Amino acid sequence: MKITLRFFAAIREAVDLSEEAFFVPVGVVTIGDVRKTLLQRGGSWGNVLGDHKTVRVAMNQHMTKEDTPLSDGCEVAFFPPVTGG
Amino acid sequence: MRIQLQAEDFDLTAEIAALRSGRADIGAVVTFVGTVRDMNDGAVVSDLTLEHYPGMTERSIQTVVEAAARRWALIDTLVIHRIGALAPRDQIVLVAVASAHRGTAFSACEFIMDHLKTSAPFWKKELTDAGSRWVDARTADDVALKKWID
Repeated sequence: MKITLRFFAAIREAVDLSEEAFFVPVGVVTIGDVRKTLLQRGGSWGNVLGDHKTVRVAMNQHMTKEDTPLSDGCEVAFFPPVTGG
Repeated sequence: MRIQLQAEDFDLTAEIAALRSGRADIGAVVTFVGTVRDMNDGAVVSDLTLEHYPGMTERSIQTVVEAAARRWALIDTLVIHRIGALAPRDQIVLVAVASAHRGTAFSACEFIMDHLKTSAPFWKKELTDAGSRWVDARTADDVALKKWID
């Protein structure tokens, strides 16, 4: 299964990546599982994705929770709490 | 309903005129304009950049406006949010709500703004004397949202 990952704001800057095609490893089922997989890359990935309380997630451009299951071709985004307006 | 993201500034008078155009049933227009302050968290801000999530940002604002329209009898709604590079005193956001009576328009305008603050994917990065930094989300914005829970 292949999905698209997107990163925004402080997270995008820290990992120096805005978008990535991601092949979902066996055993990775939810958005939270993806976050934990990315953490294993170490370095700045751990710094910005390590604390789930400061990371917001979206599935197919809808704000959601980490326990949301992945589906083939979906777009998963990681970003900090929003600060518009 | 009109939702617009744009780099350019907006003209409040022209936008209200467009919203009211041809609608004699409108008895109240409430507008909120958010602007860039030159101070934040004790530092002088010289520039502000607004990042967003194209597609999701527009849709999440639409969801907020639709929720307001279910809650109150609104005639029309306009939201303009700027993106890209801004400077102190620039206008950032406009929310305009037209309805038959003022109470509805006041409430709906505040409701839309409170929800936009916490759910629309925008991120501010400010340039200060001490360098650039991402603006932290404010607890006060989450508190403001609680008053709309039935």
